[in-house]
Amino acid sequence: MARPMTGAQIVIKALQDQGVDTIFGYPGGAVLPIYDEIFQQSDIRHVLVRHEQGAAHAAEGYARSTGKPGVVLVTSGPGATNAVTGLTDALMDSVPIVVLTGQVPTFMIGNDAFQEADTVGITRPCTKHNWLVKDTAELAETIHQAFHVAMNGRPGPVLVDIPKDVQFATAHYKPKAEARTKHYQPKTKGDPDAILAAVEALEQAEKPVFYTGGGVVNSGPEASALLRRLVDGTGFPITSTLMGLGCYPASGRSWIGMLGMHGTYEANWAMHDCDLMLCIGARFDDRITGRLDAFSPRSIKVHVDIDPSSINKNVHVDVPIVGDVAAVLGEMVALWEERGRRTKSEAVAAWWNQIATWKAKNCLAYRPSPRTIKPQLAVERLEALTKDHPDRYITTEVGQHQMWAAQYMGFEDPNRWMTSGGLGTMGYGLPASIGVQVAHPDGLVINVAGEASWLMNMQEMGTAIQYRLPVKQFILNNERLGMVRQWQELLHGERYSSSWSEALPDFVKLAEAFGAKGIRCDDPADLDEAIREMLAYPGPVIFDCVVEKHENCFPMIPSGKAHNEMLLSEDIMTGTIDETGAVLV
Amino acid sequence: MNALNIKRGASSHSAYELRNRYEERLERHVLAVIVDNESGVLARVIGLFSGRGYNIDSLTVAEIDRDGHRSRITVVTTGTPAVIEQIKAQLDRMVPVHDVHDLTVEGPSVERELALIKVAGTGEKRVEALRTADIFRAKVVDTTLESFVFEITGTSEKVDAFCDLMRPLGLTEVARTGVAAIARGN
Ligand SMILES: Cc1cc2nc3c(=O)[nH]c(=O)nc-3n(C[C@H](O)[C@H](O)[C@H](O)COP(=O)(O)OP(=O)(O)OC[C@H]3O[C@@H](n4cnc5c(N)ncnc54)[C@H](O)[C@@H]3O)c2cc1C
Ligand SMILES: Cc1ncc(C[n+]2csc(CCOP(=O)(O)OP(=O)(O)O)c2C)c(N)n1
Repeated sequence: MARPMTGAQIVIKALQDQGVDTIFGYPGGAVLPIYDEIFQQSDIRHVLVRHEQGAAHAAEGYARSTGKPGVVLVTSGPGATNAVTGLTDALMDSVPIVVLTGQVPTFMIGNDAFQEADTVGITRPCTKHNWLVKDTAELAETIHQAFHVAMNGRPGPVLVDIPKDVQFATAHYKPKAEARTKHYQPKTKGDPDAILAAVEALEQAEKPVFYTGGGVVNSGPEASALLRRLVDGTGFPITSTLMGLGCYPASGRSWIGMLGMHGTYEANWAMHDCDLMLCIGARFDDRITGRLDAFSPRSIKVHVDIDPSSINKNVHVDVPIVGDVAAVLGEMVALWEERGRRTKSEAVAAWWNQIATWKAKNCLAYRPSPRTIKPQLAVERLEALTKDHPDRYITTEVGQHQMWAAQYMGFEDPNRWMTSGGLGTMGYGLPASIGVQVAHPDGLVINVAGEASWLMNMQEMGTAIQYRLPVKQFILNNERLGMVRQWQELLHGERYSSSWSEALPDFVKLAEAFGAKGIRCDDPADLDEAIREMLAYPGPVIFDCVVEKHENCFPMIPSGKAHNEMLLSEDIMTGTIDETGAVLV
Repeated sequence: MNALNIKRGASSHSAYELRNRYEERLERHVLAVIVDNESGVLARVIGLFSGRGYNIDSLTVAEIDRDGHRSRITVVTTGTPAVIEQIKAQLDRMVPVHDVHDLTVEGPSVERELALIKVAGTGEKRVEALRTADIFRAKVVDTTLESFVFEITGTSEKVDAFCDLMRPLGLTEVARTGVAAIARGN
């Protein structure tokens, strides 16, 4: 039998055993033994962030862009509490991250010891599962279980809290292969009867639509490939949530754009009028459904989801299929092809004609300006000048700029678009871009940001500089909390209470202070040249794109309204949200 | 899509019980949840209920298998059919949860609750308390010259009824275990 190891050595060995190559972390008293072990090995790279929230978002960016779990190491007390926003973000968006926290020694727990916090208590509602390890003999197995839980079923964040005495004590290492994981094995294969029902429905649909989401990304590249095969085979229109962009290529002929609150006119009308909705790995979020009792009133709904609690949560579905997207689509495609690839093609062609009339509204059109840079133009030009890059990744912060990025950029593959959807965490984009760049050192990684969000985690520029990560921070600077301002305009009588960004830093000087390159652009005529300059620079760049201050993001389905009550432009804006809508977020 | 035998609201192909989506009636359900007996598991279950706004009418927990480290949590909850389905799905996806049984829909079951009830008094009231206890088959488990402690087992309604009758007779304290329930037959 091998010699016993210290808990700290076991942690590193377990991570190596799990194939971890990168940890995002920040040291402190309660994790020093683990940091000591990190120092003495070279398999795993440690990326020192500047704030533990940044570590969690970086791990999310790493995970979302690779399909592998992101790993975080932070100290007890404030280290752990700083990671809470990142954990909640990962839970809402189903991102697999494994967070290791230090804890005060077991014999001091409960005594209000220095930097003690009830980490498992605090993080219980914002992790998929968490563990406090009190015995070094159980440490290896617990870490293996943590990875298993994070990655299987609906992915999500997990946390392992490791008291300092457990890191010093010794025990025998238990390899990954011997860890018990049987008790958590969510079902991945769909019910054959339900799959048959879905295929029958597909064969008979006259106005079908695929409504896909983050679950396709979670399921892996195979799921996207199968989805493309089914969509292209049937010729049915496809829309996606914010989280699923890229699973079907934006250049594909069946793509009708994103749906939901800021989705396209054609996507939302297709959802409203369809007779068959094929929901694949999406969760009927309120940003999608709008007014529930008016949501797609005449359709039969098929829902493929690995999490039974997603089914019938908000919207009642007719054909629920619990299983992994790739597994279920595999069966579905095979069955449909075996039965002769039947569709009601004439009816579907008429449906496409209908969709074409909606498309003709040209809902993403905006009024150009010769003098100021319209934010939509900035994103369009960024798209035009980067879309042919062979390895491009886009992250975003939260707000109007996020929606414009979703609307005006096209994603051809999954894992290329990292955004905070469910929690809507301002401050996500910069650290996420760092995580993505660490995973893809040669990729082009751009964070499309708003100035207010960006300031929330701007300390992470230090991380970018230290690790020579050439992330591009493309800030649409409207000197406003734009999304908040838009809502105040819509439903609070244009009283702009605290929704402007005052005392902003000079972003060019800020870039220089960090050791990055700063670029400012405020003239549409200079925009392309400035973007090219950003792309040509080999290091990190802060791009201060000074845009129109009062632009609103359209289309928009106001809270509490139905899909067919969408607002297209400034026309009829004020007073459109009634009181019941105003209580919604 | 008439040829297809799927009706909205009830799918014959479904592996799930799908009830009327517009059903707003509140139902009382007794759930038996088999969990790993690990630290924090009860906090997890309770946190799920409070965090998502579900009702807990009663909750009991005890280890039922020492070697297998299993505990059984019996939860009595009320909600619309859709909420009850959500509660079961949410419980079932928790990592330390092995099984969720809805005893209310899975067939006949037995429910019992135990209560200890202290009644203080003298004279006629004391005699009446004893007489009532006898009718309810409550046992006297402690007695002084001025008080009794009764032990009663039965359904929650029976315990409620007993408490109601004891109140005018000098009821001073009640300790109830909450509901334990099990399916009938095998
Ligand atoms: C300012 C703002 C505005 C927004 N506006 C919009 C908008 O206009 N349109 C929009 O779409 N979103 C919008 N969002 C995002 C929105 O809040 C939700 O995050 C998003 O709609 C959810 O996407 P999803 O349904 O794909 O679910 P996700 O959160 O990605 O969940 C994935 C689902 O798939 C399931 N799943 C996971 N893995 C698998 C697997 N392997 N197999 C099967 N199923 C799996 C999960 O159980 C879950 O149900 C906005 C967010 C912000 C911050
Ligand atoms: C941490 C956090 N705090 C508050 C909010 C509410 N919020 C949503 S969008 C927004 C404004 C974002 O402004 P900015 O980053 O400049 O982007 P813009 O909308 O102007 O593009 C705010 C305050 C949030 N989503 N996250």
